[in-house]
Amino acid sequence: MTMASETSAAPSDAPLLQIRDLRVEFSSGGGWTEVVHGIDIDLHAGETLAVVGESGSGKSVTAMSVLGLLPRTARVKGTLRLGDEDLLAASSRRLQQIRGGEIGMIFQEPMTALNPVYTIGDQIVGAIRAHRRISRQEARSHAIDLLRQVNMPEPAEKFSRYPHQLSGGQRQRAMIAMAISSQPKILIADEPTTALDVTVQAEILDLLRDLQVRMGMAIMIITHDMGVVADMASRVVVMQHGRIVETAPVKALFAAPAQDYPQTLLAAVPRANFNAQTAEAATSGKPVLEAKDLRVRYPSHFIAGGFLAVDGVDLRVDAGEVVGLVGESGSGKSTIGRAVIGLTPATASTLRVCGHDMIGASGRTMKQLRRTVSIVFQDPASSLNPRATVGSNITAPLRWNGIEGDGRKLDGIGRELLERVKLPGDWVDRFPHELSGGQRQRVSIARAIAMRPQLMVADEPTSALDVTVQATILALLRELQRDFGFACLFISHDLSLVQQLSQRVVVLRGGKVSEQGPTSIVLGSPNEPYTRALVAAAPVPDPDLQRQRRLARQAQQASDRAAAMQG
Amino acid sequence: MSALISTRLRRAFGPVELAALLVLAALILGAAFGPWLIPTDPIAQDIGNMLLPPGAPGHLLGTDELGRDVLTRLIYGARVELVVALGASCLAMVLGVTLGLLGGYLGGIVEMVSMRLVDIILSFPPFIVALLFITIYGPGQGTLIVLLGVMLAPTFARLVYGQTLTVKRLEYVQAAVAFGASLPTRLFTVVLPNVAVPIILQFPITMAIALLTASGLRYLGIGIVPPTPSWGGMVASGQRFVSQDLWLIIIPGTAIVLTVLSFGLLGNALQYWLDARSAGDRR
Repeated sequence: MTMASETSAAPSDAPLLQIRDLRVEFSSGGGWTEVVHGIDIDLHAGETLAVVGESGSGKSVTAMSVLGLLPRTARVKGTLRLGDEDLLAASSRRLQQIRGGEIGMIFQEPMTALNPVYTIGDQIVGAIRAHRRISRQEARSHAIDLLRQVNMPEPAEKFSRYPHQLSGGQRQRAMIAMAISSQPKILIADEPTTALDVTVQAEILDLLRDLQVRMGMAIMIITHDMGVVADMASRVVVMQHGRIVETAPVKALFAAPAQDYPQTLLAAVPRANFNAQTAEAATSGKPVLEAKDLRVRYPSHFIAGGFLAVDGVDLRVDAGEVVGLVGESGSGKSTIGRAVIGLTPATASTLRVCGHDMIGASGRTMKQLRRTVSIVFQDPASSLNPRATVGSNITAPLRWNGIEGDGRKLDGIGRELLERVKLPGDWVDRFPHELSGGQRQRVSIARAIAMRPQLMVADEPTSALDVTVQATILALLRELQRDFGFACLFISHDLSLVQQLSQRVVVLRGGKVSEQGPTSIVLGSPNEPYTRALVAAAPVPDPDLQRQRRLARQAQQASDRAAAMQG
Repeated sequence: MSALISTRLRRAFGPVELAALLVLAALILGAAFGPWLIPTDPIAQDIGNMLLPPGAPGHLLGTDELGRDVLTRLIYGARVELVVALGASCLAMVLGVTLGLLGGYLGGIVEMVSMRLVDIILSFPPFIVALLFITIYGPGQGTLIVLLGVMLAPTFARLVYGQTLTVKRLEYVQAAVAFGASLPTRLFTVVLPNVAVPIILQFPITMAIALLTASGLRYLGIGIVPPTPSWGGMVASGQRFVSQDLWLIIIPGTAIVLTVLSFGLLGNALQYWLDARSAGDRR
């Protein structure tokens, strides 16, 4: 099957979809701003073309223009041909037929792409009957068949489920079932796995690869993830600032990118080398965080006693040590981060942070504690007060804790801290909305070191950032950690980041610790099947290596399944 | 960036909105300095010159049934109307913002008490409560301000409550907790500035409602003691002479309509301008 996908990658002569000199403009103020500056893309039958780029590169706008889905404020020029048909000249009625007819599409966030008030079965039936005149009954059995094709567990039952009753991966399967209902020639997938956990991502990518071979579709996959590119693509288009920087077969691109930008992009991708020895810093043995049997319960209307998000976790972080906390969504990793700095109430037999006992702590103790811990949040868009200047945001902890109140001194401290995070000191007077995501995250980090903390919780500090920005933020964090010597609880879903930064790693699953130990041992030769699956599922940005890893993972899954059948 | 904002400002304040601003400016200046500019006594009667039409010599807008100068009464009336509207709106804002902010941020029992209080206020018909209050406490500007202030507070409370619920979950408010900000600091320096835009937008609209309600009450003959001039009172007394002199109700009526309309337009223009700005913030 995988061999077939390799051979089918050879492009046939006439492209299915031909994009020539595509220009997209948006109206702004009184004039037009061009965001896509004349690009050429060919999509051939049976190939998987990846369009990669960072945010603002125009990759999604390009896909939307093919489908005629851009808002009215946009203007498209150039040539868009589907076979012999000019898509730009097509009537809106005809475009409607093409969308979900010749061209299927899936989106990043299946929760918002699916209508929450209809069952997924009804929505698939609707998609089928929009393009074919068949009875409701026939459409129904066809829909169930489609759900089976996308490996939906219990397809007949899932037919009458609402989107919120399914998991993220199942919702994406339902979306894919809708997209392939008309046997499209082209499938456009816009960041189809970005919102999913890594093990689910691997399953969805397997499914897309499998469907492509079975149905002979051409897939245009839009992504920012070089691992996904290496795993899926036969050809790659790299976009930057609305232009195509490089178009190359996947192996050639990864082996030797011809242009500067793809080189930078590839260099920025964190490469997990799970077999490498990480330098283990000698730990001081003096714990700044010690938790035994930590439990956090969220109130719930549906579960008696509430939902146990963290269920008996033992955790220890020594002074000056970086401990990675990894797990998929719902594993309780963020909750632990919030609990140890007192943002979420928790119970435990022991919870000592920087020498303060937090269980039943008085307001006074909590005040003391807050001077010694800090946090960097995930979302740079909302972690800074939009109505306060950058400087005021950074020095707020000093004011709040009554350490410094003099405006001029605070201004000086703000400048100093900004320079520590490699931003111009003059930016103290700017407002957060004037800054890019990466710059805001730097400001966030400056705020987190303002109090010279002993423990910093970094809750997915780079997951909302582009990969090249992510690399610089990680380097900054590492440098500051070395200079200031604070201990860090680094929370992430990305194993390769954790592997780069942390000396020890704790793997969480369903609120419990699945495995913990030195990074090189846990990620290099994991004991637990769950950790193994996690490590195997993370795609690496190397097409050949990724192919080997994929085959190994699939073989492992098959043998696991066989063992389960016998057992 | 600043060019963008000024474009939006220009779009927000078109000719109609500018006219509204002019009306309000004239009104406020007139109310503030009018008594010094026009030294006529608003309650001096001159039976010999009663019911003069507008344009009569010495009486630009004519005289009423007791020969009192209508323009003078209109200007003195404006003072009364504006003081009541402004006082009531400020009181409503302070009360409503406090209830909404505390209820939204603290949750639990505080939320229950504050929001139920709002529900209780909303469940009384304003005019009936007004009748009751004025019967008990007697007519006067103070009574009217307190009364309208309380009756109009729920709008602010609900608005701020909803906004606070959204804002308190955002990471910068969480960060304030994590970095040791005290509760008053969090409420007034972190949350309040971030829920301020809708409060500002609501203010002129509340002014319009307060003015209209106060005039309505005075038209019914409650809330102010004659012979103190008020627009609502002028309409009420003019009504008796409709067949002889239509101007006596048209002039104060127009003043009420223009003022309310102007406040409404100002509110709309502010909304367009500030909303566009905060949309820019979010990017």
